[in-house]
Amino acid sequence: MIVILLVAWYVVGYVISLPPTVPQASAAGVTNVTVQTVASYGRPPHPDWVSYLVKNESGQWVHSTIWKVPANSIVRVTVLQYDGQSGLRNPFLGQPRGVVGGTMTVNGKPLKVLNPDEASHTFTIPDLGVSVPLKGIADDAPNQCAVTPCTLGQAHYTITFEFRTGKPGLHRWQCFVPCAAGWLYGFGGPMQTVGWMDGFIKVV
Amino acid sequence: MDSRTDITRAVIVWVVLAIVADLLIGFLLAPHMPPGHFSNTASDQTEINNILALILTPIGLGVVTFFVYALVSFRQPAGAIEDGPPLRGDRRLQLGWVGVTTTVVIVLAIVGTIELLQAPNSQAGSGAGGGQGASAISHPSGNPLQVQVIAQQWQFTYRYPQYGGVETFSLALPVGRTVEFHVTSIDAIHSFWAYQLGVKADAVPGADNVAFTTPEHMGLFEVRCAELCGLWHGYMYSRGHVLSSAGFSKWIAHAQIANAPATHYLPKYAHVYYPLPLQRGG
Repeated sequence: MIVILLVAWYVVGYVISLPPTVPQASAAGVTNVTVQTVASYGRPPHPDWVSYLVKNESGQWVHSTIWKVPANSIVRVTVLQYDGQSGLRNPFLGQPRGVVGGTMTVNGKPLKVLNPDEASHTFTIPDLGVSVPLKGIADDAPNQCAVTPCTLGQAHYTITFEFRTGKPGLHRWQCFVPCAAGWLYGFGGPMQTVGWMDGFIKVV
Repeated sequence: MDSRTDITRAVIVWVVLAIVADLLIGFLLAPHMPPGHFSNTASDQTEINNILALILTPIGLGVVTFFVYALVSFRQPAGAIEDGPPLRGDRRLQLGWVGVTTTVVIVLAIVGTIELLQAPNSQAGSGAGGGQGASAISHPSGNPLQVQVIAQQWQFTYRYPQYGGVETFSLALPVGRTVEFHVTSIDAIHSFWAYQLGVKADAVPGADNVAFTTPEHMGLFEVRCAELCGLWHGYMYSRGHVLSSAGFSKWIAHAQIANAPATHYLPKYAHVYYPLPLQRGG
């Protein structure tokens, strides 16, 4: 009985600790998803953890990495990237893949491959073959963001790309840059916790 | 009832059970014994699994049969509690048991050692399919296809040094050609497990783990990580393809073109990588 209670406590604790699912607005077969990546969340419970935030349908920033998008549609992602350059551990991930047209834009300019040294994060959905490197701001960039949500007036890159969702399903996504500052090899904390640098795409 | 009668009865029961069990294994289980016959490595593992099942099942049944027989036949009847007869050693039985089990273990050790030492692409053997470290015990002849498996949290990527060092997300192999896997990791410890190929090799940062196989059929096979490696370990799953020789040539040519922008930035091919930054900050 004690074991059952412990298992139930763990399962319930895990479920209620997950961030909320954020539906994304869709029109004419295209879903617009706007996210920002920040070097530090700036708020409890982990103010110094690197993280993603997403805009909800009302245009407000929500601290969640679980997003709901329609099946068989195009998802147009806009990433406001506020974090610095830390480099890709595997330079192979410097090329956008699984995106419409095989390209992304950085501040409006098309880009076929990113210098691996300039990457800050990746947005990768392995199930869908989607992987996009995210360019980091320079270390000496002025007016860097310290507390979320970051604003358009602060140093950032605007990165856009599109991908197709396919049939309904649940797909994990993650960052492939070891970006967890202060953790061994950068792979602890926010890299191992849904809601920060990992999440789910719910295709419905 | 004397002990000779008991032994005779138990042996008869055991022999009957063992024959029935081995017949069932031989005719019903063996054709479906994993991992199958997708490669020479898998075939050899399947053959050894069948040998183990055929030998070890009678041994296991022998232990269970004599145990159950003793429980039923020699149980204390209701009523007075008294000591049983004193136990005496039986030298012939002890020597027989030690002799039989020792022989079985030695035979299995010889079979396994022969399997390990045989050339990976010979008709006689496959090199077992496990990672043999950087200095493989047995080497294939000819010109095997080299494929580097790079594990990272949480996906495998593959590099083909004989094709310009191109790296890919997916794994494709030509049928009938010996493959030389070089398995490594650029972060935590993983394990490359190509189930139907019968290949399983640990992926360790800074280490080159070599494994061989020769795919014998075209089709799909599963690739999993077999070492608990973090949050998305359970999602570290994909499928590989065994293609015809012409199909593989077409696939690798397309991969070289499609991945050319990234190939430009890849480090020179090496058996291990020490990517920076080792400790990320900010």
